[in-house]
Amino acid sequence: MLEVSHISKTFNAGTVNEKRALSDLSLRLADGEFATIVGSNGAGKSTLFNAIAGVFYVDTGTITLDGRDITFLPSHKRSRRIGHLFQDPLKGTAPHMTIEENLAVAYLRSPEKHKPFRRVSRRDRDFFRDALAQLDMGLEDRMNTPVGLLSGGQRQALTLLMATMVTPELLLLDEHTAALDPVTADKVLALTRSVVSERSISCLMITHNMHQALELGTRTLMMDAGRIVLDVSGPERADMTVQGLLDAFAAKAGEAFDNDRVLLSTAEDREN
Amino acid sequence: MLTVLQTALEVGLIYGLVALALFISFSILNIADLSTDGCFTLGCAVGAMLTIAGHPILALFAAMAAGMLSGYVTAFLQTRLGVESILAGIISNTGLYTINLAVMGFSSNVSITGVDTVFSLFKGLVGGQWSRLILLALIAAVIVIVLIRFFGTSLGLSIRATGDSLDMVSASSINPKATITIGLCLANALTALSGCLIGEYNKFCDINLGTGMVTIALASLIIGEVFAGHRGGVGKRVVCVVLGSIVYRFIIALALRLNISAEYFKLVSAVIVAVAIAAPNMKGYVRLAKIKSNARKLRALSGKGDETDA
Repeated sequence: MLEVSHISKTFNAGTVNEKRALSDLSLRLADGEFATIVGSNGAGKSTLFNAIAGVFYVDTGTITLDGRDITFLPSHKRSRRIGHLFQDPLKGTAPHMTIEENLAVAYLRSPEKHKPFRRVSRRDRDFFRDALAQLDMGLEDRMNTPVGLLSGGQRQALTLLMATMVTPELLLLDEHTAALDPVTADKVLALTRSVVSERSISCLMITHNMHQALELGTRTLMMDAGRIVLDVSGPERADMTVQGLLDAFAAKAGEAFDNDRVLLSTAEDREN
Repeated sequence: MLTVLQTALEVGLIYGLVALALFISFSILNIADLSTDGCFTLGCAVGAMLTIAGHPILALFAAMAAGMLSGYVTAFLQTRLGVESILAGIISNTGLYTINLAVMGFSSNVSITGVDTVFSLFKGLVGGQWSRLILLALIAAVIVIVLIRFFGTSLGLSIRATGDSLDMVSASSINPKATITIGLCLANALTALSGCLIGEYNKFCDINLGTGMVTIALASLIIGEVFAGHRGGVGKRVVCVVLGSIVYRFIIALALRLNISAEYFKLVSAVIVAVAIAAPNMKGYVRLAKIKSNARKLRALSGKGDETDA
């Protein structure tokens, strides 16, 4: 269970560029819960993810994961338990290393394998091959191909595999399908859905697609100005429409949700 | 002529270790480590003093340890104290000058005379005029094999990933500060070993021995990377880097045959580096020129005027 308690973060404090990115934010995510997060640009969604992943330390508040306080744990230690996917498919993989080598590096997250001079064994290779086969992209026959030669969708699918190969306690998805073409995005999304539900991984997902925000997972959060302004789940969420979500936002935040990008994706949703 | 080629091979193998060091820092870790010059002299100085004291074999290991220490300082400056990586190398390099002088007893050069070196010891063992080459080839082979094996281990893969994708590394529970530190220690150990070997080879150590070493090694590295091509695996690349260093020495030997005086060598190195880096771009220009001229011909055939400005 993830428990974020009253965290705040201000960037460039004391300068003209001061930006209060997170403002006394609290969030509790139960085991196996899958929540989507929406909000305009600059609302603090990615900042929240970075705070949880340990890219920076928060100014105040605490973060606990499964009962252990991780507030001041360095990011590389948190990554043993937290998977993090970004919008940029190039971020999560090493382009000049082969698929097998990338998987071997990701596999270092497993708690038992710690010897520095250990090499990839036949058993590891079989395990990697089986895992790749589940992606259904034919990558299992291209284990010695440098990852840089794969398409964005293949790389993002591979990143998802790498983040979940050793089951994380929490998975952070930061618009991880936004840079992909619609068909590939659907495929990566379907993969995400099956991986998350099969192993009941607790998951937070940022999206700009209002339709997706209501359809995926079991709970929808809306952020504005570094706070969570709306938190719906259960029957209330089941009854909610895209328009309802926008209206709710306007009511809670006291202003129109006038971001271009959100309007665009809303228009697309209506057409669908 | 044979002696010239033999010397080029021998020296190429020795300097090949510095090229390998730059391969680790520059190509693998993506860090420009400019402490190479000072570290090379450090290895030579430490090695020379120990050889004079009668420990030519221990000298090799002591030089490597000294190089590791120097690499650690450079890495500490950039990973813990936030010094820009290029600047960290320059700072180490500057400090090393004094340290190197101190190691040599505050004398700007020392001669290794009247004592055994690894080469004289090995010659006593196998004999013949090829003994130096055989010993150097053995040392280079061992290091190449160890490095290739190392880059396939968890630690080696982590170091490679650090230079390739920093985001991925921290997402994989690897501490990039640790991998950078280990990588730089390893690279500088090789640089210092090379310095130690050249000292025992020339039976001489000079405080300015390392000046310009980083450019020479870079030239070798780039020649090697051209051999390996873009699709080469790590094993192929490591071997090609050593080959690159040997080829570089052949070029220098050729220059010597053409009676180019030794003062020009640094300029020759600089030109080789510049040409080697520029070559892929030049290829692009040539290809573009071809495409343009083909397009012009087609247009001429179809009877329309040439409207391109180029």
